[in-house]
Amino acid sequence: MFSQRQFQRRGNRVRLRLDVHERLLLSDLLDEHGRLLDDPDDPELRRLFPPAYSDRGEDEQYQSLVRDQLVSGRAKALATVRETLVAETLDLEQADQWLRALNDMRLVLGTRWDVTEQLDYGKLDLDAPRGRELAVYGYLSWLQEQLVEALQSS
Amino acid sequence: MSTIVAPAEVEVREPVVHEDWQEERPWVVIVWNDPINLMSYVTLVFQKLFGFSLQKATQLMLQVHNDGKAVVSSGNREKSELDVARLHAHGLWATMQQD
Repeated sequence: MFSQRQFQRRGNRVRLRLDVHERLLLSDLLDEHGRLLDDPDDPELRRLFPPAYSDRGEDEQYQSLVRDQLVSGRAKALATVRETLVAETLDLEQADQWLRALNDMRLVLGTRWDVTEQLDYGKLDLDAPRGRELAVYGYLSWLQEQLVEALQSS
Repeated sequence: MSTIVAPAEVEVREPVVHEDWQEERPWVVIVWNDPINLMSYVTLVFQKLFGFSLQKATQLMLQVHNDGKAVVSSGNREKSELDVARLHAHGLWATMQQD
């Protein structure tokens, strides 16, 4: 499906090799994710803000302490990917923000579409129910995996 | 003959009573398995947040994957809360509880 590596690490930079379709798809997904983040209490985002404590009162206290910071961290990652979507290279900090934004989008979409560990990206049927959605999710997973591999190959 | 030496002053400390003694028990941070986070990504996050070697991080990740959960850090409440928050910022499913 893809013949080249989308991310290549060279020293402290990561080279981005996304084609125009990938950048357009990511742009759409980023827009959608950004709209969701505007309302952090949206139940679609529940997987981004899991409970820390089993005790409800203690967890409410935890959430009130960290929620704003978690939201702003996620918005920053999203903004970084937007700003560098057409860049040729990323520094390691930007690459880290890409990793987090890709993961956040996968968490939201994977929760929405109820993916399981058994999902086989190689055998997706685009005409099956949710076939296209799962293909998008599969693409993001593949892309994130490539970025992790690039970052580990220091 | 003997010389009587005044005893050295001994400081008597009242035992410290921990009203909130439960706070003293260490907390553990647990990462739970989930179907979305990539195994390679979880390993990278463990390396980054806790300074683990690739080998140690991989071992912990596999424990999460195979056993459904793993303890990744322990300490007082504040440190554990910080670790949980950093894991949450990276999208991992982490909770904390007293050991």
